[in-house]
Amino acid sequence: MTQLPESQQKVKFYQTGTLTVGNRLLDEEHRNVQATMDRSNSLDSGHRACQGCGEALGARFAIDAAIRATGNQLIAANATGCLEVFTTPYPETAWSIPWIHSLFGNAAAVASGIAAAMKAKGREEVRVIAQGGDGGTTDIGFGCLSGTFDRNDDVLYICYNNQAYMNTGVQRSSATPGAARTATTMPVGAEPGNAFNTGKSVPLIAMAHNIPYVATASVHDLHDLEMKVTKAMGVHGARYIEVFVPCPLGWGSKPGDTVKIARMAVESGMYPLFEAADGELTGVTKIRRRIPVDDYLKQQRRFAHVFKPNNAHQLEQLRAIAAHNIKRFDLLARDGEEL
Amino acid sequence: MLKQIEGSHAVAEAVGLCRPQVISAYPITPQTHIVEDLGTMVKAGKIENCEFLLVESEFGALSACIGSSAAGARSYTATASQGMLFMMEAVYNASGMSLPIVMTVGNRAIGAPINIWNDWGDSMSARDAGWIQLFVEDNQQAVDVHIQAFKLAEELCLPVMVCMDGFILTHSYSQVDMPEQGQVDQFLPPFEPRQVLDPAAPLSMGAMVGPEAFTEVRFLAHHKQREALDLIPRHAAEFQSIMGRDSGGLIKEFDCAGAETVIVTMGSVIGTMKEVLAGMREEGHSIGALTIRSFRPFPSEALIEALKDAKRIIVFEKCLAVGMGGIVSMNVRMALQDFPLHVHSVIGGLGGRPITRKNLRRLFEKGLNDQLQETHFHDIDMEIVNRELEREKEQRQSGSIAENILHDVGVVAAAKTI
Ligand SMILES: Cc1ncc(C[n+]2csc(CCOP(=O)(O)OP(=O)(O)O)c2C)c(N)n1
Ligand code: SF4
Ligand SMILES: [Mg+2]
Repeated sequence: MTQLPESQQKVKFYQTGTLTVGNRLLDEEHRNVQATMDRSNSLDSGHRACQGCGEALGARFAIDAAIRATGNQLIAANATGCLEVFTTPYPETAWSIPWIHSLFGNAAAVASGIAAAMKAKGREEVRVIAQGGDGGTTDIGFGCLSGTFDRNDDVLYICYNNQAYMNTGVQRSSATPGAARTATTMPVGAEPGNAFNTGKSVPLIAMAHNIPYVATASVHDLHDLEMKVTKAMGVHGARYIEVFVPCPLGWGSKPGDTVKIARMAVESGMYPLFEAADGELTGVTKIRRRIPVDDYLKQQRRFAHVFKPNNAHQLEQLRAIAAHNIKRFDLLARDGEEL
Repeated sequence: MLKQIEGSHAVAEAVGLCRPQVISAYPITPQTHIVEDLGTMVKAGKIENCEFLLVESEFGALSACIGSSAAGARSYTATASQGMLFMMEAVYNASGMSLPIVMTVGNRAIGAPINIWNDWGDSMSARDAGWIQLFVEDNQQAVDVHIQAFKLAEELCLPVMVCMDGFILTHSYSQVDMPEQGQVDQFLPPFEPRQVLDPAAPLSMGAMVGPEAFTEVRFLAHHKQREALDLIPRHAAEFQSIMGRDSGGLIKEFDCAGAETVIVTMGSVIGTMKEVLAGMREEGHSIGALTIRSFRPFPSEALIEALKDAKRIIVFEKCLAVGMGGIVSMNVRMALQDFPLHVHSVIGGLGGRPITRKNLRRLFEKGLNDQLQETHFHDIDMEIVNRELEREKEQRQSGSIAENILHDVGVVAAAKTI
């Protein structure tokens, strides 16, 4: 069995009034990586992501945490997609780590190759991350990703899930939720938006490979994201983290609401946060105060049509999905349960 | 050391002598024996400090090599046919990123109709992908050229395909003089990448390039390939000084000086041709041959030098640009465009169609008598072709072409034996 390192997150924050998190109230050692003076700024300012891009936020926290966990011995392979395009318009680069972009569908295999090279050269202290969007992970890169899992290569794959192909103009991927409007699932016809009962959960599929570590995370809880990345870097073998990253452009949401929307997705049950080791679920993040699914959906124009009377059945289906997640992952805190 | 050995095994041993650090493998006939042998060698510890990756597809195989090569490891894979097509996006990517990967191609036809036998359809599908493509004639060359391929790739920072005829070479046993480790080490220094992914000196590889620089990037790729035209003969000479064998180079002439008619070809078919041509020369015909060993870069200057005084060139090739004609002959014609030479295009050996001394002799005689069609299909059965054309004229839903023809082959062949 894989021995996962203990969670480094000693204190958890819960939002009550404002959206600011009280990082500054903590001792320095418990503050997040970004709050430290020696943060590495792996993804530097000046890149060209949209305002409020969840992917840029998630990537910066994830990679900085990985750099700290590995003592700066890190190489990253990136799939084609927003993260690649907005960080590396030649001759500029926003990356301060060794970084390679090869193709859309091969980031996992490229990372496996890098890890193999490091092993062959006796430099196993150098660790490897592959990263990509949901399209590059759940669709076109899925074969290579499964191969990396299958071989249990020493690679952490991070998927930034914004639930569509954003870089090409917001088309549906197999991570797009039911009813969501994308450029290829427009809100027209009797069943507007994306079809229900389609798509897949790559975290669960990753677990079926029995790899040492799988987790989902979200950009509303960056301490938790850092903790999961740190944990992942504390073990060897194939690991997978999927980060929920709202995309203001594709979702039709306010750039300033990215963190709020991510939180609402989790607190409504639409995006469950969990961890797994060797194929077994080891923990879930309990919902402290459940919010209605409708409140989450209302923040995003991609779901606007589900609030029309004709489409009430779609709203029902979305509520049912949240309810199913809550039951399946046992997401609700019981009375008096310490969180 | 002299060995009686299968072509694939010889190649695996040669690759092992090159001290590869990462090998990725996905099986496809007729490449399988090469990667099987390498896997065994790595597992048994016969190749030190080498990782052997069993990947999920050819796309994964070459992508893993892209990663390992970018991280500074000497990287190798092998493929054929459908596998080449399956990895094609990565084929272009590897050369665009200047990664000196070496890949064996066990040349095999591309389907549909699916066919496991030899022709050059696979390598030709990647002829413009920016890789150097070296064709070998026998298994000694297969061994020698693989060793030269690593040196060439790493000096130029370009990937190299070593193309060997599937089955004809990969699965045949012959005598091969296997170099010693010390000789290979003397010829091939350790890999020193020009750019490498390393936390000690971070860099970004694979950034986006727009219209303002893309032409220059492509020009430099072309320019770099052309540099191989100098390097390949130099490496062959250096190789000869260590191993005592003439292997590799851009082209090879076989009694071609002074010949009126010259057959131009690539790969293993020259073996059979040499025998036929020797007989014809004895009978007084002025006929010789030449093989192109480096198809990319294309050795135009060397061809001009060797062919300019000939009267008639017959290019024999195992590939076809559908809707156009011969691919190698197109290249030869372009090289010789300033000379008043007749360049015939002969397509033969497709999908493993046997090329025999007898049918070659017939072909060459036709060539000498100016009886070759433009484009000439060697050993084609026009009766079968015409039957199918008739059938299609008569009936819109006339069925699968391949199936009809296979049926006819039976009927026609039976009729012939009566
Ligand atoms: C083989 C191939 N097919 C299609 C594309 C076009 N393409 C580039 S990025 C992209 C969308 C990326 O979506 P995702 O992986 O979800 O990342 P995001 O941009 O949403 O972060 C697509 C379809 C490509 N580059 N290569
Ligand atoms: S389109 Fe979305 S994912 Fe892409 S940069 Fe903009 S906000 Fe980020
Ligand atoms: Mg996406």
